[in-house]
Amino acid sequence: MLRILYFAWLRDRLGRSGETLDLPQGARSVQDLVDQLRARGGEYGEIFARPELIRVAVNQSFAAISAPIAANDEIAFFPPVTGG
Amino acid sequence: MPRITIRVQAEVFDSGHETTLLLDGQESVGGVAAFTGIVRGGDGLCALELEHYPGMTESMMQRIAESACARFGLVGCTVIHRVGRLEVGMPIVLVLCAAAHRSAAFDATEFMMDWLKTSAPFWKREEFGNGRSAWVEPRAQDDAATARWGTLES
Repeated sequence: MLRILYFAWLRDRLGRSGETLDLPQGARSVQDLVDQLRARGGEYGEIFARPELIRVAVNQSFAAISAPIAANDEIAFFPPVTGG
Repeated sequence: MPRITIRVQAEVFDSGHETTLLLDGQESVGGVAAFTGIVRGGDGLCALELEHYPGMTESMMQRIAESACARFGLVGCTVIHRVGRLEVGMPIVLVLCAAAHRSAAFDATEFMMDWLKTSAPFWKREEFGNGRSAWVEPRAQDDAATARWGTLES
């Protein structure tokens, strides 16, 4: 199972902090997962249609949207960070 | 090995106590630079709510600290970042850098703050007196400040 996490305004808008998901058939990259999430429509459709607003981490390391994914990965979506 | 302390916590920190711990028994230290970030008021802001990504946050802070120690030859450093609700005027982040000479300590402190702001997964939400709240937008000048250092691990 993929473990998917949402932070900050993504969590607020999606109404959940995360979910588990079977690796979608044929999904090989974060981009493939983004396409699946966007296809849900609603807030998912709006948010994942604009990947330029989103940063990605795969297994707790920053990753490009083209990064490969595998079953059991932890994939986090969040806005650009604003700590310090 | 440099002495590195990394913590994410809700509680307030004590800069003096942390400095004592950092320096204990370290005879080669000639100076410690310290930066304390404070929740800045204005425009009706009451408080910040700080959120983080547990696990990834600590590993990024550790990478930043190790990189600063290697790059500037630090004897040690301490980074403490608070999370949760922090009212205007409260301390939010502490960076201490101990080195043989002051320029390394000052430069390392700037390096660590620049990387913390742009690569450690924390997010701030502003709470205003009128009940409105809004997520803080990243600032281009923070990215520019970080870019001057090149890559994190040089």
